[in-house]
Amino acid sequence: MFHFKQLTEWLDAFLRQYLNEGWTLFVEFLLVGAVILTVYAVLALLLIWTERKICAFFQCRLGPTRVGPFGLLQSVADVIKILLKEIIRLNHVDQRLFRIAGFLVIIASLCTFGAIPFDKGLHAIDFNIGVFYLLAVSSLGVVGILLAGWSSNSKYTMIGAMRSGAQLISYELSCGLSLMTIVILSGTMQLSQIVEMQSTGWFIFKGGIPAIIAFVVYLIAGHAETNRGPFDLPEAESELTAGYHTEYSGIQFGFFYLAEYLNMFIIAAIAATMFLGGWMPLHVTGWDGLNQVMDYIPPVVWFFGKTFFCIFIALWVRWSFPRLRIDQLLKLEWKILMPISFVNIILMAVWVLLFN
Amino acid sequence: MSNSALFLVVLVTAIFMVFAALYLAIWLAPKSTNPFKGEPYECGIQTRGPSWVRFKSGYYLIAILFLVFDVETVLLFPWASIFKSVGVDGLLLVSFFITILALGLVYAWKKGALEWK
Repeated sequence: MFHFKQLTEWLDAFLRQYLNEGWTLFVEFLLVGAVILTVYAVLALLLIWTERKICAFFQCRLGPTRVGPFGLLQSVADVIKILLKEIIRLNHVDQRLFRIAGFLVIIASLCTFGAIPFDKGLHAIDFNIGVFYLLAVSSLGVVGILLAGWSSNSKYTMIGAMRSGAQLISYELSCGLSLMTIVILSGTMQLSQIVEMQSTGWFIFKGGIPAIIAFVVYLIAGHAETNRGPFDLPEAESELTAGYHTEYSGIQFGFFYLAEYLNMFIIAAIAATMFLGGWMPLHVTGWDGLNQVMDYIPPVVWFFGKTFFCIFIALWVRWSFPRLRIDQLLKLEWKILMPISFVNIILMAVWVLLFN
Repeated sequence: MSNSALFLVVLVTAIFMVFAALYLAIWLAPKSTNPFKGEPYECGIQTRGPSWVRFKSGYYLIAILFLVFDVETVLLFPWASIFKSVGVDGLLLVSFFITILALGLVYAWKKGALEWK
């Protein structure tokens, strides 16, 4: 079976033949940076196109069709357009914070992105506290959003940022608690090990009822984390124009837009990694024929298949439900999801004691 | 390669990306000045009063509650990762801990901190 680990190890050995230690590391660092940047940008373009196409089909439209085959180059055209837009310099804003806000959001999202294991050995960062790292870095985005709203000195952005901040920090709790159930089940926080342990069965099957509850809670909370779908009241178009990024123009708006789409991908990818086995193929014990057929599908395809399955669910929810009010939103988190998550942790611990 | 070095690489890549995109846009984008362009967006009406004002205290309550429960999550993660070796004893101790926290949630609930008024 082909794994990217073979490729990276071969590349490492190849570089070491010609260069000394320091230069090898330097070239590898450059390569890691270039690959991450490319994958990030390509995924963003693909996601924007996917979202527009799927949302069009939900509404019985065609979506983008003009630019390129099936409108595939539409988002490339959008990027060029956004680069060519003027960056308006506003009078009454806190200039420094105004700039830093966009940077923070995108840096947080890219640092989280680096920790996702796409394949065996295909991840930039593999901390032994991986889950912890994901939660910590992704929550930096909240600071960016709050800064953006506050520094813009406009009422729309202020209300949008406050709502967004309250929503993000509330739902982060459920996210963390539902990921914790998987940590209890696996006994490790390293993402690559968590994936390896699912070679005998995905955690959503291994963990039984508590894992399924955690998966559902994670999908709901993660969906709210991305500020979209029925939880899009931070930027409820009809009330707040564009929420916390109303005042941003040109590429500075592009940063928020890009981070929003990539956050959707990151949430889906974490769901796929933790619950659906990451890049592990589907194996059913006893069905050797099926298992061998499944092994022929490359792991990267498995990973992206699962991730896009989660993204599809998110889009489906987004275009199917009406927007919640802020009191309903907070009630859902604090009175429903939080108690469920608490009980679920104990449930999972009991499950592990009984069946492992 | 150590993970910390790789984290730094990713961080530097991210910083490089934002600055490259920003300066590319500054270089490519048109520039025009107009006294009304710098005004905050208010659907065409001039802004009345300052925007940096005291804000609804409900958000503050949510932030405080978040702080309590987030720190708790941080404390629970190490327990979760060694749960298999501590077994029943660990579960009992943590159940006690979680019960106290749940009582905190119940208290906040009864006091009406979770109601949006």
